[in-house]
Amino acid sequence: MASEKKKSQEAMLNTYRAGPNEQGFFGIFGGRFVAETLMPLILELGRAYEEAKADPAFQSALDTLHAHYAGRPSPLYFAERLTRHLGGAKVYFKRDELNHTGSHKINNCLGQILLAKRMGKKRIIAETGAGQHGVAVATVCAKFEMPCTIFMGAVDVERQKPNVFRMKLLGAKVNAVTSGAQTLKDAMNEALRDWVANVRDTYYIIGTAAGPAPYPAMVRDFQSIIGREVREQMQTAEGRLPDTLVACIGGGSNAIGLFHPFLDEESVAIYGVEAGGHGLDVPDGHCASLSGGRPGVLHGNRTYLLQNADGQILEGHSISAGLDYPGVGPEHSWLKEAGRVSYVAITDKEALEAFQLCTRLEGIIPALEPAHALSFVTKLAPTLPKDNLLVMNMCGRGDKDIFAVAQHLGMQM
Amino acid sequence: MISASRIDQRFAALKAEGRSALVTFVTAGDPDYATSEKILLGLPAAGADLIELGMPFSDPMADGPAVQASSLRALQQGHTMRKTFELVRAFRTHDPRTPLVLFGYYNPVYIYPREAFLDEAKAAGADGLIIVDLPPEADDELCLPAIARGLNFIRLATPTTDEARPGAVLANTSGFLYYVSITGVTGTATPDVAAVHHHVTRIKKATRLPIAVGFGVRTPEQANAIAAGADGVVVGSALVNAVKDSLGPTGESTGKTVSDVLDLVKSLSQALRPA
Repeated sequence: MASEKKKSQEAMLNTYRAGPNEQGFFGIFGGRFVAETLMPLILELGRAYEEAKADPAFQSALDTLHAHYAGRPSPLYFAERLTRHLGGAKVYFKRDELNHTGSHKINNCLGQILLAKRMGKKRIIAETGAGQHGVAVATVCAKFEMPCTIFMGAVDVERQKPNVFRMKLLGAKVNAVTSGAQTLKDAMNEALRDWVANVRDTYYIIGTAAGPAPYPAMVRDFQSIIGREVREQMQTAEGRLPDTLVACIGGGSNAIGLFHPFLDEESVAIYGVEAGGHGLDVPDGHCASLSGGRPGVLHGNRTYLLQNADGQILEGHSISAGLDYPGVGPEHSWLKEAGRVSYVAITDKEALEAFQLCTRLEGIIPALEPAHALSFVTKLAPTLPKDNLLVMNMCGRGDKDIFAVAQHLGMQM
Repeated sequence: MISASRIDQRFAALKAEGRSALVTFVTAGDPDYATSEKILLGLPAAGADLIELGMPFSDPMADGPAVQASSLRALQQGHTMRKTFELVRAFRTHDPRTPLVLFGYYNPVYIYPREAFLDEAKAAGADGLIIVDLPPEADDELCLPAIARGLNFIRLATPTTDEARPGAVLANTSGFLYYVSITGVTGTATPDVAAVHHHVTRIKKATRLPIAVGFGVRTPEQANAIAAGADGVVVGSALVNAVKDSLGPTGESTGKTVSDVLDLVKSLSQALRPA
């Protein structure tokens, strides 16, 4: 373990963007902690992804889909009223909620469905929490004529009905998972069980930058288009790099997509915002794995986890189904320990307030997930100078959440 | 070579007897500590040749509904890793010869933490470990330190273990090799006996280790058919289902919980003994 630590320190001296190593590790985080049944598959997937990444035809097919199907690039929007309201940093939204299907999830799904096709797979499975990833998977499966099964915790099926209906309309089979707490973690367990049983023809589209290697790096690569676009768009708008980046973190795919292209820019301050639920001091009342958990091994990778003293995984709580996960992508765990990214937490109540503020000031209904990031922006921006360029990733739209929000606010629909 | 372990000695003795080993899986603390201890201590007399003791985990990804439910029953009764070690100590005091292997997932071991886990497992009288989510690529994590303490590290080989991987799977494996007879999670499908024998024969060309076959073996008839081509047969889901089926209306153990499980073990054991 001493050597692992040394290696991670050496990597840090040069760049924050070199990971993972060949074994899939970012420092001590990541890896391939899977049953033997999956091991040959994971290795095959890693090889196939490396080949695809190096193939200009693959990149070009992906670029075309981004431009004509997903609607990329998404705008970089100056939130003028919010900026005036907060009275500090100049706040920009990266508008990934305007993508086809309403969130950043499509970026990853387009990449992975092309890879699945390339590998000759015949069937797609995926897990989903809020249903945004499930909808994006069902969408690309419709377009690419692939049968798909989406695993979703029974509790989430109940609280995200509009997305369940969308998935069904798109032709997906939605499998309501009744094991454990019946949320995202359990959906992922069940998807892994399905994969083990159907390894030969099935491709598993993991929705976040977590899981066994190569998923964390592959999903990050597909999501990094967010940060690359921000770099160019900010250059056009302001003639320089942004100063501050903010994104919400469940598994952390939208965040790593925004952050990764900027990790080696020392002048850029980076904040990841976790789900503080009822508060970090409430036992099992939040989903802030980085702020309130400790390292462990789950779902194929070593990362920060919410767990009890005996290593049993906790359920956690968040108002947002998309952040309701007891783990986090391993690269975030590494960036936390390296001190490159600051991780903070926002409570349910604070996220709800930000949700309403954004709706009224900017005419944008954010998903509850980025409402967490936005709430942190409302705290941070006033403390920054007016020439500080702050970019927040608006990673999803809030249409799916209006029923839950109405309930929390005690309003009749 | 380390000296012959309890597992090596047991397989050698069974080979001399000319029969296959009955390997029984039960979950520690299922359905409660006291009942679980009675079942565990009764297994050798009922005919179990080797024992796999499941360490309950909240997220048993490689297990089907039966073992998931048994894990959950144990955890809901407040079972912990410390209590698993208590069970192992009680078993070893009761039975100095029957090998016992701890079966589970890495996180509770990692958190214990690892070194203390290995020391305590050895001291309690465990003979080997099966940690489902630690592939050979992660041998530095636990496998090598376990071997250094004289614990066998038993690996799973599966139908997807392709031509290139038997070598990887066999390296650092000792005690026996656990061949998973289906692609899938525990207890969900019925193994195809001919295919299992074909794979086992192929693996036997690469190793002298005994091979035990499991995942999906439920009945004495299946056990007998599988045993014809293997050194051992693992039965797990069927036993934890016997626990479940014996429980009272609120999930409490009843007068027949222990006897139902041990009776099933007896009938499986008889099926593996030459008439």
